[in-house]
Amino acid sequence: MIALLIRDFRLAMRAGGGFGLGLAFFLIVVTLVPFGVGPQSTLLATIAPGILWLGALLACLLSLDRIFALDWEDGSLDLLATSPLPMEALVTIKALAHWLTTGLPLVLAAPVFALLLNMPTEGYRPLIISLLLGTPALSVIGTFGAALTVGLKRGGLLLSLLVLPLYVPTLIFGAEMARRGAEGFDTTTPLLMLAGITCGTIALLPFASAAVLRVNLR
Amino acid sequence: MGLTVSDLTIARGGIRVLEGLSFALGAGQALVLRGPNGVGKTTLLRTIAGLQPPVSGRVKVPADALVYAGHADGIKATLTVRENLGFWAQAFGNSDITGAMEAFQLAPLGERPAGALSAGQKRRLGLARLLVTGRKIWVLDEPTVSLDVEAVAMFASAVRAHLAGGGLAVIATHIDLGLSEAQVLDVGPFKAKPLEHDDFDGAFL
Repeated sequence: MIALLIRDFRLAMRAGGGFGLGLAFFLIVVTLVPFGVGPQSTLLATIAPGILWLGALLACLLSLDRIFALDWEDGSLDLLATSPLPMEALVTIKALAHWLTTGLPLVLAAPVFALLLNMPTEGYRPLIISLLLGTPALSVIGTFGAALTVGLKRGGLLLSLLVLPLYVPTLIFGAEMARRGAEGFDTTTPLLMLAGITCGTIALLPFASAAVLRVNLR
Repeated sequence: MGLTVSDLTIARGGIRVLEGLSFALGAGQALVLRGPNGVGKTTLLRTIAGLQPPVSGRVKVPADALVYAGHADGIKATLTVRENLGFWAQAFGNSDITGAMEAFQLAPLGERPAGALSAGQKRRLGLARLLVTGRKIWVLDEPTVSLDVEAVAMFASAVRAHLAGGGLAVIATHIDLGLSEAQVLDVGPFKAKPLEHDDFDGAFL
């Protein structure tokens, strides 16, 4: 299992691995929004939590089709399926690798990008906590979508359409927590809901992803 | 240690390709599958490997004893030869790759990115993977594609050493590997007959 994680991490870091892809997209969204909505700093401060969450979500979405597509193309997925690694562990590791290479960098970069959007400083901590709690769910749900569309040529569009509705609860509670934090309100309720969604997806979805992957490999 | 296939019927894309297929292999035995393109050799091998379920019949394989090698080698272009092989060794719970590197003369290529290898060298890397898995049953689909004569001999001697060590192998191939001890099974006669009354719409008319 560790071997697969190390391999995926290595692949992401090497040329063409797409490590910076999500981060660069996040940066583009965040720098372009002030041009789009105008330079009123109060307006930017109001919409900053939502923009940051939306940017993180779309950046995550961008790299989803790589989770299984590359392994499927070069035959690794067939070979991994016949290896001692259970399919459930395989999809969990894949989701973890995706989070480490996409979600975690987004969480770490969020404070810098929040500065660009003039977000109130007291909102930084809730923002980071909400992203830290929410992005694993994005990776796990995304892995399920990637497993559903593996083997389809240009499955990226279908993948986005399948995954977006599943992302909505995470987005609602994540952005709500960041917004409440920025406005100085209590964040307990959205925090608990977000944590619940993430725990639920991590507990249940790997089984669904593994089942779907088995069917798709036939 | 043994592989038993009994009265197997398999389908590809919903169409039956082979039916009534039975064979048994014991330790140290090899089976070479022959048959024209599209007859269902790959589907048969994938069924044996457990990647797809049979329509009917049984495949009896001991647990965790089988390794499959398909048309694609599962090689990552940006990893070096050593890293590629090392990953598969670790995935199967082993760590030693020097024997496999030598058996397929990959040692001089060890630090090269796999993307820079020729087709034949890639195939040799793919076959070296079989050795590092330590599995007893090899299920190989066209293993000699893009190999030169020398490399085919390398492969044949690797198979022979594997059989001598109590392993077994099922190989689909079109060329003569020079494995005199291997049994040959022509799957052509087991080609599924088209169903006469496979009239789904008819049932509703």
